[in-house]
Parts: sequence; structure tokens; C-alpha cells
Amino acid sequence: MELFRLKKPLSLMSQSKRFGILSVVVVILSLGLIFTKGFNYGIDFAGGTLVQVKYEGKAPIDKVRKAISVDKNYESASVTYFGSEEEIVIRTKMSSKALGEDISDKMTQLLKGTGKFEVRRVDMVGAKVGSELREKGLMSMFLAILGILIYVSFRFEWRFAVASVMALVHDVTIAMGAVVLFGIEVNLDTLAALLTILGYSLNDTIIVFDRIREGIRTIKDPSLGSIIDESVTQTLSRTTLTSLTTFFVVLTLFLFGGEIIRGFSFTLLVGVVVGTYSSIFVASPILMWLGFDVSNFREKEAEKLKREKEKEKMRAMYEQGTI
Amino acid sequence: MLLGIKSDIAIASRTKSIAGSIKYLFDDEDIIFDDLRIVDGEKVTFELLDSDDVSKVTALLKKEIQGTVISQNGMKFTLQMTPEEMAKTKQNAIKQAVDTIRNRLNEFGLAEPTVAKQGENKILVEVPGIKTQADEQRIRELIARAAHLQLMAVDEDRAARVSTMSAAEAKSYGDVILKDVNTNEKYLLRQIPVLDGSMLTDAKVGFDKSNMPVINFSLNGQGAKIFGDFTAKAVGKRMAVVLDNKVYSAPVIRERIGGGHVQISGNFKLEEAHDIAIALRSGALLAPVFVMEKRSVGPSLGADSIKASSLALALGFILVIGFMVIYYGMAGVIANVALIGNLFLILAIMSLFGATLTLPGMAGIVLTVGMAVDANVIINERIRELLHEGKSIAKSIEDGYDNAFTAILDANVTTLIAAVVLYAYGTGAIKGFALTMSIGILASMLTAIVGTHGIYQWLLPKMNRKRLNFWFGIKSEEGVK
Repeated sequence: MELFRLKKPLSLMSQSKRFGILSVVVVILSLGLIFTKGFNYGIDFAGGTLVQVKYEGKAPIDKVRKAISVDKNYESASVTYFGSEEEIVIRTKMSSKALGEDISDKMTQLLKGTGKFEVRRVDMVGAKVGSELREKGLMSMFLAILGILIYVSFRFEWRFAVASVMALVHDVTIAMGAVVLFGIEVNLDTLAALLTILGYSLNDTIIVFDRIREGIRTIKDPSLGSIIDESVTQTLSRTTLTSLTTFFVVLTLFLFGGEIIRGFSFTLLVGVVVGTYSSIFVASPILMWLGFDVSNFREKEAEKLKREKEKEKMRAMYEQGTI
Repeated sequence: MLLGIKSDIAIASRTKSIAGSIKYLFDDEDIIFDDLRIVDGEKVTFELLDSDDVSKVTALLKKEIQGTVISQNGMKFTLQMTPEEMAKTKQNAIKQAVDTIRNRLNEFGLAEPTVAKQGENKILVEVPGIKTQADEQRIRELIARAAHLQLMAVDEDRAARVSTMSAAEAKSYGDVILKDVNTNEKYLLRQIPVLDGSMLTDAKVGFDKSNMPVINFSLNGQGAKIFGDFTAKAVGKRMAVVLDNKVYSAPVIRERIGGGHVQISGNFKLEEAHDIAIALRSGALLAPVFVMEKRSVGPSLGADSIKASSLALALGFILVIGFMVIYYGMAGVIANVALIGNLFLILAIMSLFGATLTLPGMAGIVLTVGMAVDANVIINERIRELLHEGKSIAKSIEDGYDNAFTAILDANVTTLIAAVVLYAYGTGAIKGFALTMSIGILASMLTAIVGTHGIYQWLLPKMNRKRLNFWFGIKSEEGVK
């Protein structure tokens, strides 16, 4: 089976301004959401306690609220349904530091008389751990980006590096915007999803860039726009295929993976779509806007090749003992 | 469970043991002194009564007690730990806590507990396979137990007034008030212990005459000597066995006790005695620990969510595999072989590392399975392109791999860089994610580039251009020119 057999390259770069404007608008909207509405931090980052309780039959949520408000620590706790009407989640800002004190015992005791239930999960995170986690997460993202910049500059050129990082920031920002928009709780799973997007977007972009790099060497046309058009068209079938397969995996995860995994799979779903879009429509135009010069690159490449050949020659001579 | 450690307490108890050794040293050397006490929890002060002893004491302290700054004001001496010694003590405390907790969990007989130092002052403890809440409770108590054993002399001169004495007043005499573990009766004890658990060599559960569980412990040579000397001097007085600042018993010393065998009785339940013995054997925690983070998943939820997400993953996986075969024909089958091989490689290496499969870990697998498919898609697309150009199959495969190589290499290396940084800087779950991803990337490079290439070489003699649709999923007649 073959889906993409385009005889003529798509003319994408002539439309690049439109995509650019679209991306800038969406990124600004996302940033606006992030800064105005802000993240809905889960206990992983904010600190606190989460207790998940499953009842036999419908959970008596009002009774639960009443029962736990007896304890001062749980007065301001939020109680919500989780996944189904049988399960509830109780969240508080409070976190107990005493190793001996057991929250699930405490809950069992407080909820006595509200029906038949089972405490299924207890997560407790100290406030300090949360803020430390946030700092470390940001720091690691920053360092990862720095490392990528260096490697891509070395293997391609600095403009490729900047463009790939910009595409990456674009994707992660929009995904974060979606997380805020839909009020998804930000916890370690969401962070993992964002990191996955980071890896995915990068992978996608680099593969398109690899084709452009090859195109610069082999395509006669010296205009970068048409080289990009042709290279993107050549990789189009690969980009779409990979994205589709990944999208299906994530979609099944979203649909059948259960409530716990929903925030994670939703974030990924957004990321896959945005990541694919950005590697075609965002990363390559940035390359153009940064003033990438094809003939200059070719000269440098030629020089590199020459140097390498000379080196080889020297080595050959050395090995033959002529030096 | 992520535990924090109160390393300041380690400093305080180190100071206490310095004071203890000073007392023992001076008693041994017949040096008369007075007013030995601990100030601010980190200084030890005392006053000599005989000025002839000053030079002897200075030499003795220098020789026997290391890592302290000794300052002298006339006959008054002050000892304080050097900053390096303090840092060392804190570091030791956490290292020792990790070892101790691991030993305790191992002795408890749990399957593969993970105990690891995290950052400067945190300990990560992971215990899989806890079934009941009672078990969990027991394990938490076992971890948290400081197991700080002290043998302390009762201050018989003032003991009569203990019920009305304030803690501050007791402190002014160099005493502390501690309560009995069962009856809450108060005891007035000398603050500086005769000896502590560091000189203990073994602790076992035994039974006393009335068949109640007791804990028998043995002291090492030095401990036995100190204990013998002390009991010889203190006949008729009481000595308290103190565990974690609770008095378990305070028998009257009838005669000198040699041999260094001591018994703790305290109306134990058998289980409790067993756990205390483990804690004593594995040593005291130099500094107490507290919970910073705790996660527990009930067995039913664990099973539920694992079932749901693995089902979803399997479904997605089958979708991908089916799609590859439909789209690429035999080339898709070859890619799938690599994909499955890759999945097994990841799982095998992960179990080698003893990693637990968490949600972020699963995300790593999704991503790498995606990337492994991707590598094969790239290769297949390249081969197809060359076939369309009319090249021979052998040539198309060779050049296809060559052309695809840089793309796969660069894409994987950049992602690997991100993964390595995340592994180095991330904590807990992020580390798991990064590790899975790194393993997956390496495995997929191996299976996609080397593995499938080999299969193509092997199948090459059977391929022919008339059946391109079967082999590569493209129209056969088109390729034939």
C-alpha cells in the first residue's frame, strides 16, 4: 500500500507566513492561559495528601464531606468523584510528617459509617519536596535544551539548532496551554508527558532537517524555499505515518487506559498533533527566517569534506610510511 | 516513600557520646573533675579540680578524642566539634541510615526493597509487595525506629523528688526525666549514659521465667568492661535500660555484672520483640528520619490500573503492527520482528536494573516503541524511493540503509542527550522515564539498524522485482523498467 506519491513538491514555504502567524497566536494564547489561569498543581508539586476511596455502589459524597470535616486537618479537603460514581478522591494541602501516623488508618476511621468502602491509594508529598521537584524539573529541561543546541550546531549548523529548539518550545508551550485550558492536574505523570513531547518533537524535527541537509547537497536549485519544499514533501509520508501510528497508540491509551492515566494520555495526544505540525510548518520556516544561506553552507560543507579527505590522505601516507 | 533525615540530632548524639567517653576516660585515669555537661547541644564543658591534672588532661583529650576543638579557660575546658567533623558526622548519619534501613528491611525478609540516598539529606525507600495495612504499619515502625539503646544510671540522690521536678531543674543537675514505656512512671536519670547501642554486638529474642518474650543482647569487649566497671561501683543503685528515650526496666544492681549480657524486658508482644531485636542488631539510626513523601497503592488499584493501561498499550501495539504489515508487506513484517525484539530488550534490561514499571516508565516505552517504528519507517521509505528510481533490490537496500542512517543517528542522539540530562538531574519517576527512554533508544538503534539489515541480507536471494508488492508494498510493475 502506498498513500503518498506526490509527483510535485508541495509549495509550503510560500504559505509559511500564515502558519507562522497561526503558531505565534496559539503560543501567545497558551502563554496567556498559563500566566493568567495558571497550572492546576497536583500534590506532586504543591504538596499535600491524596486519598482515593472506592465504595461498593454509589459513593455518598455529602456524607463523606461531613464525616471527614470532624478532623481539623481535613476541614478544607476537597472531595470529588474520580472516574466513576463509585470512586472518590479526597485532597488536602496538609501533609503528615510522622512516620508512625497512617493516613489510610485515619481515613478508615473517619469514614466509618458512610458505607462499605476500600482505601485504594494514599499519596503524601511534603511541600518542600514539591518546590524542589519543580526547580529540578525546570533546570533539567534547560540543560537538555542546551545539550541539544550544542549537538545540533555541531552536526548541522547553529540555525538548525535554534530552529529545532524553537519548534520544541513551541510544542511544549502549546501542550502546556492545553493542560491549563482543560484544567488537567499537573503532577509527575503530566510532566512525563511533557518530556515525552519534548523527545517526540525533537525526533520529528531532526528527521525533516536531515532531509533538508541532504537536499542542500543534492538538489540543484539554490533557493532554500524550494529545497525545503522538496525535502518536506519527501519526508511527508514518513512524518504522517509515524505520527499516525503514535497517535493511535496514544489514542487507545486515552480511551481505554482508565482515569488515572487520562491526564497523561491527553497531554500526549495534544503533543503528537502539535509536534507533527511544528516539524513541517514551524521548524523549517524558522530556518528560512533566520537567514540560512544555502551557498554558504555548501562551501563550508565542501571545505569540511576537503579537510577530511586531506586527513585521510595524510593517514594513508603515514600508514605507508611515506611521512 | 521519601524520608528526610534530621542530621542535627546526629551532631547532638555525637556530642553526647563524646561526653560519655570523657567521663569514662577520667574515671579510668582517676582524674577528679566536676560539672561535666552539654551546652547548646554541641559543646561539652567540664571543670578540673586539681591543677596538676591540666597537662595530663590536655594530652589525654588530644589523643583519645578526635575531631574537636579544645579551648581552655583556667581549669574550665570546652570541647566543640570542628566544622569538618560536623559535616562528616552528618554525612555518616545519612549513609548509616541508608545501610541500617536496608539491613532492617532485608532481615524482615521482604522481596527486593530499594533503599537509596537521594540528594544531600533524603532517603528513598521502595517496598513492593506489601499486602495488608497491618504489614505496612509494622514496616513503617521498623524503619522509623531509632533503636537508640542507652544504659543510664538512675540519679539516686534526687530520685525521690522526681514526681515534682521540672525538666529544666533536672537539666541543671545534668539529669533527664524519662518515662516508663508501660506505666508512664517517671525516672530521673543521669543525662550522660553509661553506654549506648554502639557497643552492642548481638540482640536476640528470648523468654524469661514467666515465658514472656524478652530481648537478650551482648556487648563487645569494651562495652562489657565499661558495664562491668560501672556495675561494680554502683551496687545497690538502679540502672535503667532505655530504648528510644523510653525506660523499659530499671533493676537494682545487686553485684558486678561481667560478660556483657543484658536483658530488656517490657511486656513485649512476640512480634514487637522480634522487630526491636532486628532494629537493635542493625544498629541505631544516628539521626531520626521523617516522611517527606509517601505513596502507596492498594493491591486492587495497582492491578486495575496496570490492567487497563497495559491492555490499552497492547491494543495500540497490535494496531501499529497490523498497520505496518498492511502498508509495507514483508518489509513491515521485518520491521515488526525488530519492534518486538526491541520491546523484549527494553523489558529485559529494565528488569536487570531492577526498575519498577511506573506510568512515566511506560511513557518511555511508548515513546521508544514509537521511535523504533519510526526508524523502520524511515528505512522502508528510503528503500521504496530507490526502488521507484529503478535501482536493483540489493542496491536499494544498501543505499536505503546508508541514506537513512544519518537521520536515525541524529534523531536518536539528540533525544538521547535529553534523556541523559533528565536522568542526571531528575528525581524518582523522571529518572525512571529517562532510563527507559535511554535504554529504548539504544535498543531501537540496534534492532532497527543492525537487526533488520541482517534479516534483509538473509532474505535477499529470495526477493525479486516482480513481487515488490509482496516484499515492499509497492506496485510491482511500476518498478520494472
